[in-house]
Amino acid sequence: MDFALTEEQTLIFDMAKSFGEEHIAPFAQDWEKQGTIPKDLWPKLAELGFGGLYVSEAYGGSGLSRLDATLVFEALSMSCPAVGSFLSIHNMCGGMIDKFGSEDTKQKWLPDLCSMEKVFSYCLTEPGSGSDAAALKTRAVRNNEGYVVNGTKAFISGGSYSDAYVTMVRTGDDGPKGISTVVVEDGATGLSFGALEKKMGWLAQPTSQVQFDDCFVPAENLIGEEGKGFSYAMAGLDGGRLNISAGALGGAQAALDATVAYMSERKAFGKPINQFQALQFRLAEFETKLQSARTFLRQAAWKLDNNAPDATKFCAMAKLMVTDNAFEVANGCLQLHGGYGYLADYGIEKIVRDLRVHQILEGTNEIMRLIVSRQMISDV
Amino acid sequence: MTGILTEEQSLIQKTARDFARDRVAPGALTREAAGRIEDALIREMAELGFLGMTVPEDQGGIGADYVSYALALMEIAAGDGAVSTMMSVHNAPFCAILSRFASDAQQERWLTPAAAGAFIGAFALTEPHTGSDAAAITCSATRTDTGYVLNGSKQFITSAQIAGGVIAFAVTDHNAGKKGISAFYIEPGTPGFSVGAPEKKLGQKASDTCTLSFDNLEVPAFNRIGEEGQGLAIALSSLETGRIGIASQSVGMAQAALDAAVAYAQDRVAFGKPIAQHQAVAFRLADMDMQVEAARQLVLSAARLKDSGAPCLREASIAKLFASQMAERVVSDAIQTLGGYGYLADFPVEKIYRDVRVCQIYEGTSDVQRINISRALLAGRS
Ligand SMILES: Cc1cc2nc3c(=O)[nH]c(=O)nc-3n(C[C@H](O)[C@H](O)[C@H](O)COP(=O)(O)OP(=O)(O)OC[C@H]3O[C@@H](n4cnc5c(N)ncnc54)[C@H](O)[C@@H]3O)c2cc1C
Ligand SMILES: Cc1cc2nc3c(=O)[nH]c(=O)nc-3n(C[C@H](O)[C@H](O)[C@H](O)COP(=O)(O)OP(=O)(O)OC[C@H]3O[C@@H](n4cnc5c(N)ncnc54)[C@H](O)[C@@H]3O)c2cc1C
Repeated sequence: MDFALTEEQTLIFDMAKSFGEEHIAPFAQDWEKQGTIPKDLWPKLAELGFGGLYVSEAYGGSGLSRLDATLVFEALSMSCPAVGSFLSIHNMCGGMIDKFGSEDTKQKWLPDLCSMEKVFSYCLTEPGSGSDAAALKTRAVRNNEGYVVNGTKAFISGGSYSDAYVTMVRTGDDGPKGISTVVVEDGATGLSFGALEKKMGWLAQPTSQVQFDDCFVPAENLIGEEGKGFSYAMAGLDGGRLNISAGALGGAQAALDATVAYMSERKAFGKPINQFQALQFRLAEFETKLQSARTFLRQAAWKLDNNAPDATKFCAMAKLMVTDNAFEVANGCLQLHGGYGYLADYGIEKIVRDLRVHQILEGTNEIMRLIVSRQMISDV
Repeated sequence: MTGILTEEQSLIQKTARDFARDRVAPGALTREAAGRIEDALIREMAELGFLGMTVPEDQGGIGADYVSYALALMEIAAGDGAVSTMMSVHNAPFCAILSRFASDAQQERWLTPAAAGAFIGAFALTEPHTGSDAAAITCSATRTDTGYVLNGSKQFITSAQIAGGVIAFAVTDHNAGKKGISAFYIEPGTPGFSVGAPEKKLGQKASDTCTLSFDNLEVPAFNRIGEEGQGLAIALSSLETGRIGIASQSVGMAQAALDAAVAYAQDRVAFGKPIAQHQAVAFRLADMDMQVEAARQLVLSAARLKDSGAPCLREASIAKLFASQMAERVVSDAIQTLGGYGYLADFPVEKIYRDVRVCQIYEGTSDVQRINISRALLAGRS
């Protein structure tokens, strides 16, 4: 058992961190106001190999492990969790295509995905079904050339912004076995978008409904086999949850680093506030929460990399623990800033707003408990 | 709960509830986007007596008790947290200080119109370098023949932009420590008085928060409230009622979020049934209800003590600490109950979360409450 990062892993982390410091952090507040991320950021990230982190090298990917990927998302999210997480969704799509697509499918999508000439979104949730994703209603009817899709997806990160949408659609009966995965390209006839959602955080990322109105999708855009889409979507989420956790961790770490610095400068009652014992102990708790989250997250990633039979359960537990700990720490950091924590200029309230959604998406933390407890009970 | 309220208390509660539902809540999002509370709403609040609640009738107020005040603030806060902050600062500390420490002539000039809601008041204690440690303020007031000249700046001042009067604290004697601070009444518009741009904040966006600068600001001797050196005591005198106020706001916002969560949970279907029928969802709602109720009782109990004339700093601090922490948790749980929709501005809970977060910070941070409570506790034992 070796808990240390390899030299290469340390390098990856540092590279992502300094990229963020240079190309993301200085602009994060502006992008938040503008409600969008400039598209020219993506090719720069792709140059570092972050466009297809765990896509095979043969298709332009980096062929890294899930554990390596968590390092990238943690490091990037130290600059902005919303940007880091957006990239994580793109990578989730890449992972699904790489793992489940046919040779032709991979040739078709992966090079552009890895170079980030095309940015990908993931469309599972619908207005009426989020947690119970298998109840999705968007229907794809097969004809000679392909599929005609009708329905609406909700809360899509990158909706109206991305170039391609990896979409879970119903091709068969009710239930998980009637679901398939197709790629819908921007510009497809019958594809349109709802208004941008106004949200608490993740403001730099456009979120909108994606609407399919007799939208035509060529047959070759099917990923893998018909009827297996739900299992692909869930497999994507195992890794996605690791990344969403890593993003929360990076955000919280940034908040904690800023807070430790602030506390050495801010004075009250004649001394730096880091001299009050109750606050020192709080710092110790926050550090413990983040370090234990980090260790556990990496263990879960290692399980996924090694196809451990309990990998899904570990990914769910990691998401539950890491995103809860991260939010708690960021929120505690806001408190340690006193009134300044409440002001936008200090950047802490943004992290709190951003991290709140990590407890909700890619499966709410209640659904994580559901996955874990079901597994435990069925193991008896 | 109605059973144990007096007729007047029930009436005030109902008036506030109806007003909050019909007039305050509907405009909350527009108000937030505009970054200000509309004059028309302030006028309506004035007419209903919400801007001079505990001020005696002969001083222009409606002479309600603190239980009524707490109940009214809960309702207004349930409608819009930002409006409740303006109302809270205006009633106590602002009016409460004038009611207790201002001379008759001063009361006639400032309190009577303020309590009738003719203008909104602000309270300026915090400075850029010091908040929790109020005694460390450095804003100075130098004696002149006719009064004082004030220099310095204030930070985080609620209602600074709309205020018609400001109670500000400044050092009159640099060698006297806590006893060297005095309170002054400043009329905005006086030369040397300026208000900074409203701060961009997590929440409470309709309630403006600004810096104030005093640059050789001349204040007539008439405008000193209380004695020279009595300033800090005056500032701290309003802590009981100020804290009851913030605790009430916390309860109101938490209740609003709980109501939204209960309604949503009965409506939203996942896995073939309303989510309220998933046990973990229902049990969380139960815990939220328990928390809100416990906080409400703490607040009302502190308010009753205040009404009885007994000291209640400990009780007010406990109520503020518990209620503000409770409120954040409950509202966060409400967001969670709404799933992805909880994160969207179209649903009420994310705003409530952003608004309620500050209740753990202003009128003494949670740690400052712990300082007060532990000190009282340890002093009692020694
Ligand atoms: C900013 C943002 C970005 C998003 N991006 C994407 C995206 O790119 N692609 C995508 O497909 N989706 C996306 N989502 C959607 C997200 O994954 C869903 O919001 C999430 O899965 C929850 O679904 P829901 O909102 O429908 O909540 P619901 O499923 O309606 O849940 C409501 C509440 O009930 C609870 N609950 C539900 N079932 C049970 C049960 N059986 N037992 C106990 N409790 C239960 C939930 O935990 C939650 O607390 C995004 C959401 C947000 C807010
Ligand atoms: C929206 C808003 C509205 C406001 N309105 C007003 C207003 O109208 N008038 C006004 O005068 N002020 C107002 N304030 C200011 C508010 O009261 C202060 O922010 C608050 O008192 C905390 O002071 P600070 O921000 O300087 O934090 P600091 O005092 O710097 O505290 C920083 C951190 O250190 C902790 N800490 C400090 N001392 C100790 C100690 N001895 N032991 C342990 N922990 C300690 C605090 O709890 C906090 O977590 C407002 C603030 C906000 C955000």
